Amino acid sequence: MADEPLVLGIETSCDETGVGIVRGTTLLADAVASSVDEHARFGGVVPEVASRAHLEAMVPTIERALKEAGVSARDLDGIAVTAGPGLAGALLVGVSAAKAYAYALGKPLYGVNHLASHICVDQLEHGPLPEPTMALLVSGGHSSLLLAPDITSDVRPLGATIDDAAGEAFDKIARVLQLGFPGGPVIDRLAKEGDPKAINFPRGLTGSRDPAYDFSFSGLKTAVARWIEAKRNAGEEVPVRDVAASFQEAVVDVLTRKAIRACKDEGVDHLMIGGGVAANSRLRALAQERCDDAGIVLRVPRPKLCTDNGAMVAALGAEMVRRNRPASDWDLSADSSLPVTDPHVPGTAGEEHSHGHVHDHDHVHELSKDNLYQ
Amino acid sequence: MLLLAVDTATPAVTVALHDGRDTVAESNQVDARRHGELLLPSVDRVLAEAGLGLDALTGIVVGVGPGPYTGLRVGLATATTFAAVLGIPVHGLCTLDGLAYAAGAAGIGGPFTVATDARRKEVYWARYEDPLTRVGEPAVDRPADIAEQVAGMPAVGQGARLYPQVFTDARDPEHQSAAALAALAAHRLEAGLDFLPPAPLYLRRPDAQVPKNYKVVTPQ
Ligand SMILES: [Zn+2]
Repeated sequence: MADEPLVLGIETSCDETGVGIVRGTTLLADAVASSVDEHARFGGVVPEVASRAHLEAMVPTIERALKEAGVSARDLDGIAVTAGPGLAGALLVGVSAAKAYAYALGKPLYGVNHLASHICVDQLEHGPLPEPTMALLVSGGHSSLLLAPDITSDVRPLGATIDDAAGEAFDKIARVLQLGFPGGPVIDRLAKEGDPKAINFPRGLTGSRDPAYDFSFSGLKTAVARWIEAKRNAGEEVPVRDVAASFQEAVVDVLTRKAIRACKDEGVDHLMIGGGVAANSRLRALAQERCDDAGIVLRVPRPKLCTDNGAMVAALGAEMVRRNRPASDWDLSADSSLPVTDPHVPGTAGEEHSHGHVHDHDHVHELSKDNLYQ
Repeated sequence: MLLLAVDTATPAVTVALHDGRDTVAESNQVDARRHGELLLPSVDRVLAEAGLGLDALTGIVVGVGPGPYTGLRVGLATATTFAAVLGIPVHGLCTLDGLAYAAGAAGIGGPFTVATDARRKEVYWARYEDPLTRVGEPAVDRPADIAEQVAGMPAVGQGARLYPQVFTDARDPEHQSAAALAALAAHRLEAGLDFLPPAPLYLRRPDAQVPKNYKVVTPQ
């Protein structure tokens, strides 16, 4: 079991109830129940609506995943769950269920980080992650550049959004254009028929004195809204497709530019992109183009693995088991602001759940930056 | 019969094992903000104290509220997951009924009220003819609005303590006890009575507003 642990992962940090099962880096099941339709009329995720939906969907989604994987719960080597970051009440449903599940089966529990899971999921698509891994995470809740020398123990934030997340900007612009919620897919679709160069929207934080790896989408959002309003006030028709394409271009231009720069600066020769916005077709295309030019290998999982799901949690959980990381305690809490630097929440008495395995940590990394990237 | 009862619908995190006649072991803590952290260790402790494993259980009993949602869901997620893994039934009971049953054990016989804290200056409450007979469905109200309906009656539960002007005869028990909930469940099982599904009694809709329109950014 050490090399190919069988792990079930539970994800409830936002509006998707996800349960995934993996064996090592092989995906066996990825069951998702989404409450997105219930949120649509509110124009955003309503935490209490999401939490209620998680509770209803929890047990059936676990059972669906087990059936899909064709494995017995008794054979699992561990249960992983998103401990944070995310919506507090939503996280708590998954954490409570995961604890009960692990306890009733007599299996170790691993509370893991949602962001690290978004990175680790790529192991299911493209095999083991290179070390270190450079990751661009973009979704409705996060926009970060992360450097992960070891996804189970060492994740370093290089930059993040200082205001809106990238996905949030898509939702807001979709709202200004009255395209409904969520905004990402519809803007992606309309942008394909528009001209990305039609309007030159601002690229936030790209000045020479701006922080190299941080993002800002608030100014862009306002600029797009102003532009649309000016058209409307002048009684002119808003060229929705061109606006969508030009707005989207501004977002993905900044995202890819900064990600490539981070790879170059840190001497990392590949880039992983994850999170819901990684499903955006223009982001994927431009990232591919720029990575090719820079001699960087691009790794982007298929769209279903980019959005929130249980498989990503299981993938990171499996890695925790494989590397013999200490399990979490039964008093594991849901931590809505779990720092990205904590890939998981180890228990204080780690030995208690580790079932007597004593291994040397086979992945010890120097903390000195210079040693890492040779 | 061996029942594991849990209730997280009130500030209490309460767990009990009950063999159909007596409480075998129990754990009662009051901490409104840490249901998630406290519940599983409590289950573990109660089982250890009894020297039993989960596989000895014949059923799970869970308080389905009404109660503040976030804590309430901890108990329900735990109970339903246990039941699914163990392949045993999960019996839902109104949390207020558990308090009423405990009130009976504490010597209250005639008509009385059970009230718990619903926050936002409201209580979850119900009236009882006797400890086994609730009058109508549980409700959520401002204490002042129900003053006439509960006047002159004894009242149990923390909601009664919080509003002494309305609940003038507040008595023990103040907090929910899973042992009482389990005893009530054992009674109902023996009498062949039915249970509630293990789904939360929220009694309120989620706070969510449909946005009117987006905020115009251009100065008019
Ligand atoms: Zn996410």
